[in-house]
Amino acid sequence: MWLTKSSVGRKLIMSISGLFLILFLTFHMSMNLVAIISDEAYNGVCAFLGSNWYAVAGTAVLAAGVFVHFAFAIMLTLQNRRARGEQRYAVTENQPKVEWASQNMFVLGAIVILGLAVHLSHFWAHMMLPELVGSEELLLSDGVKTYAATDGAGLISYTFKNPVNVVIYVLWLCALWFHLTHGMWSAMQTLGANNNTWMPRWKMISNIFATVVCFGFIAVVIYGAIA
Amino acid sequence: MEKNINITLKVWRQRGPQEKGAFETHQLENISTESSFLEMLDVLNEKLVKGGQEPVVFDHDCREGICGMCSLYINGHPHGKDTEVTTCQLHMRRFNDGDTITIEPWRSAAFPVIRDLMVDRSAYDKIMQAGGYTSVNTGGIPDANAIPIPKTIADEAMDAASCIGCGACVAACKNGSAMLFVSAKVSQLALLPQGKVEAAKRVKAMIAKMDELGFGNCTNTRACEAECPKGVSISNIARLNREFICAKLKD
Ligand code: HEM
Ligand code: SF4
Ligand code: FES
Repeated sequence: MWLTKSSVGRKLIMSISGLFLILFLTFHMSMNLVAIISDEAYNGVCAFLGSNWYAVAGTAVLAAGVFVHFAFAIMLTLQNRRARGEQRYAVTENQPKVEWASQNMFVLGAIVILGLAVHLSHFWAHMMLPELVGSEELLLSDGVKTYAATDGAGLISYTFKNPVNVVIYVLWLCALWFHLTHGMWSAMQTLGANNNTWMPRWKMISNIFATVVCFGFIAVVIYGAIA
Repeated sequence: MEKNINITLKVWRQRGPQEKGAFETHQLENISTESSFLEMLDVLNEKLVKGGQEPVVFDHDCREGICGMCSLYINGHPHGKDTEVTTCQLHMRRFNDGDTITIEPWRSAAFPVIRDLMVDRSAYDKIMQAGGYTSVNTGGIPDANAIPIPKTIADEAMDAASCIGCGACVAACKNGSAMLFVSAKVSQLALLPQGKVEAAKRVKAMIAKMDELGFGNCTNTRACEAECPKGVSISNIARLNREFICAKLKD
């Protein structure tokens, strides 16, 4: 199968899975902004998604997307290290024209996936998971009150009351920002949808998009911390 | 203005592909800043031969930036720090008195060291043999105006054709990817009517050969474009991807 056997095919899978994750991030970020406007509206969104079949199916597709992207990232990175050879250069010097993010996509992605694990343990484990397995014990309780599976707004303020979480989330989102500033135009380049005219445009779009998405997420973190 | 400088060279020495290599340090005095980098290496080799030592092996031919034979990774850059010049066009006026210059061969699994600074770049020839040509019978020389080609397209094809096959793109790439070279060779033909006929077959054959020879997967870092002595653009890589994906989807 050329999608896995050829270098360009493997890159195509990377690019399509990456763009799919970008699409998801856009929805997720827009949804989160609702939390700043109104707690009730946000919990309404949480209740609408909850553990309904469409939310569960969406989560499964998403997990598959992350898995494919991650698996191919490992495969490509290992193949590329082998192609580079055993003997490394003794002296290397940075090229100002080469973006730092482009040389560190795997490390940035690894930070993203670690952050994702932490994030799932904060929210998914107390929202969708308890409903899926039908266990009340998994609901979060801070001694004073128990947070309902659809009380997303409550979980936000509970999580970000802790400054350690705020720092973790901001670092995580910064790594995502770097990953996206390179990833987005790189995906268009991989698809072949690029040329000398579009290159600066895609770079500008990537920078703006990454900034809007990451700041959108960070805004909710800060809101949770101060509200 | 001409002056003479004293420099220290750290040169990679390796007796053969399987042998272990190491750096060797040499002092050179009174090197004219008017001389080219390769002339400076000629001075070193003369000194070595006179002292009864083996000269340093390095590739070169035209010494005017057109053949693509010269290589060398100089102070962390293929073809040295200057932009859009080959090693043979690099001059000693770019260096200062007292400088230490580290010279390494291209390092990439698909370009094994033959000896010292000389690497085996025949992988590029194999990619060309896989499809980097047109097999149509062209007959006599046609009238230049017989096939109308828009100026912008002709210019783009010409820019792609300026690739001299030196391998600096692979040497610069952290993934050891040959995509800039292959994209230039695919583009110079795919852009023109004569090359379009076999474009789909060509791109599939050349990419398959490139993968088979152990070059890496391009992750669009752009190090190749920044170091290419001919300024070949990665917009050619976008075209290569486009040609390849379309050809595969049509199958
Ligand atoms: C929300 C999460 C993520 C999004 C939106 C995302 C998006 C993208 C996009 C759009 C690309 C460009 C694809 C291309 O160049 O064709 C990319 C590349 C890459 N991603 Fe991700 N990614 C995410 C998570 C991850 C994770 C968890 C890893 C795991 C380590 C990872 C590793 C990589 C690597 C190594 C590349 C470069 C590969 C290449 O360009 O060939 N990413 N990502
Ligand atoms: S694309 Fe540039 S760096 Fe690569 S082989 Fe051709 S001339 Fe050399
Ligand atoms: S020796 Fe011919 S390009 Fe340098």
